[in-house]
Amino acid sequence: MRISCVVNGEPRRADDVWAGESLLYVLRERLGLPGAKNACEQGECGSCTVYLDGRPVCACLVPAGQAQGREVVTVEGLPVGADGLHPVQRAFVAAGAVQCGFCTPGLVVAVHDLLERHPDPTDPEIREALAGNLCRCTGYEAILAAVRLAALRDGGDDGPEGRLRDGGDDGRPDQGRREGP
Amino acid sequence: MDFLQPTDWAEALAVRADRPEAVPVTGGTDVMVELNLARRRPTALLDLGRVGGLADWGTDGDLLRIGAAVPYRRIVTELAGRAPGLAMAARTVGSAQIRNRGTVGGNLGSASPAGDTFPPLLAADAVVELGSVRGVRRVPVAEFCTGPKRSVLAPDELIAAVLVPPAAGPERFAKVGTRNAMVIAVCAFALALRPGTRRVGTGIGSAAPTPVRAPAAEELLAAELPWATRAPLPESLTRRFGELVAAAASPIDDVRGTAAYRRHALGVLARRMVDRAWTAYRNGGAE
Repeated sequence: MRISCVVNGEPRRADDVWAGESLLYVLRERLGLPGAKNACEQGECGSCTVYLDGRPVCACLVPAGQAQGREVVTVEGLPVGADGLHPVQRAFVAAGAVQCGFCTPGLVVAVHDLLERHPDPTDPEIREALAGNLCRCTGYEAILAAVRLAALRDGGDDGPEGRLRDGGDDGRPDQGRREGP
Repeated sequence: MDFLQPTDWAEALAVRADRPEAVPVTGGTDVMVELNLARRRPTALLDLGRVGGLADWGTDGDLLRIGAAVPYRRIVTELAGRAPGLAMAARTVGSAQIRNRGTVGGNLGSASPAGDTFPPLLAADAVVELGSVRGVRRVPVAEFCTGPKRSVLAPDELIAAVLVPPAAGPERFAKVGTRNAMVIAVCAFALALRPGTRRVGTGIGSAAPTPVRAPAAEELLAAELPWATRAPLPESLTRRFGELVAAAASPIDDVRGTAAYRRHALGVLARRMVDRAWTAYRNGGAE
């Protein structure tokens, strides 16, 4: 069957899709978007997390046919600054929340969604929101730190969190701040 | 494999009658696991995700009517006041990603003894509405499952909705697992107190071939709770309640736990839930 949907803001089409195929397979193998990762294929690990009509879902558990006419946003579709990173990704880099990186795209989407809904989440809210994203490297502490850091960035523009700001999004290049008055 | 996509209920029932071997799918959180891992190769999927009205909830007389395609997330965020026990159970399902997709109808349809919505629906005396081209019938949740992953659902029937009497007092749900998310319950327990009618509902999950109630435990509490005085629970009553709940289960040893552990844990959960529900009743003053 043919699947047409909007992916990362652009109309996309995939042909010869098998009826039992997952949205994840369509994204990775037919549309060339390898950001969402294929790991457990049973919704346990969260590494394939994408937005479907604005809600984070495991793309491996979405029958591709259900995406017909819908809107999908993958990690590749998050808005980025001049450095090519979204502030959540910048926070992951700054906090050292990435080791092998396989879980990172799914976590970035899940954190993006959390901060959209709760700009200043408590630790229990962070833990509940990320309970479906497994990381086998970091032990999660650095990931929690990255979420707190990304939330701080939204809360104010003073202090150490300022370094997470993209040079282009507030008109204050990092270089200028480093130089001081 | 065909992908059948009806857009209204009548069409869905017609397709179901025509292709009874097609596997109904809504959130995909059970069905797609089986497809991805090549455990199942049906001749068709019957996608119910576009059937108008199936993801709505509302009222039907005195009952809360929850469409089969309402996802767990919406039960948590929209129905915590009307169906608190069900909302508590929905919040323990999988992860945020799973709760965005998985539905109460899918949980019923899979008919797993570990299905998290069964205990609170049993405790609340809920009823499942089934539709087919032959008509509509309503089956109490207590009679819906006939064995592990087997139900009374006929090959030409689809689950339309679950009908839940609105909470008439404190409701509680708890389950035991290896962590607070992403677990299939080792055992689960739900309790509903109805002070207005002095009745009690219970539901046990993951500790028998089907989800079950604990009738003797319900009768004990209904008769002996100090409803009028709202006095503290006698410890002897709490303990006896836990014993009767544990006795109502018929658990097995499996990869998630032993039968003995399940019985023990159920007794603990039952005592804990009645303590919490009774405390809420004493403090809340409602009903």
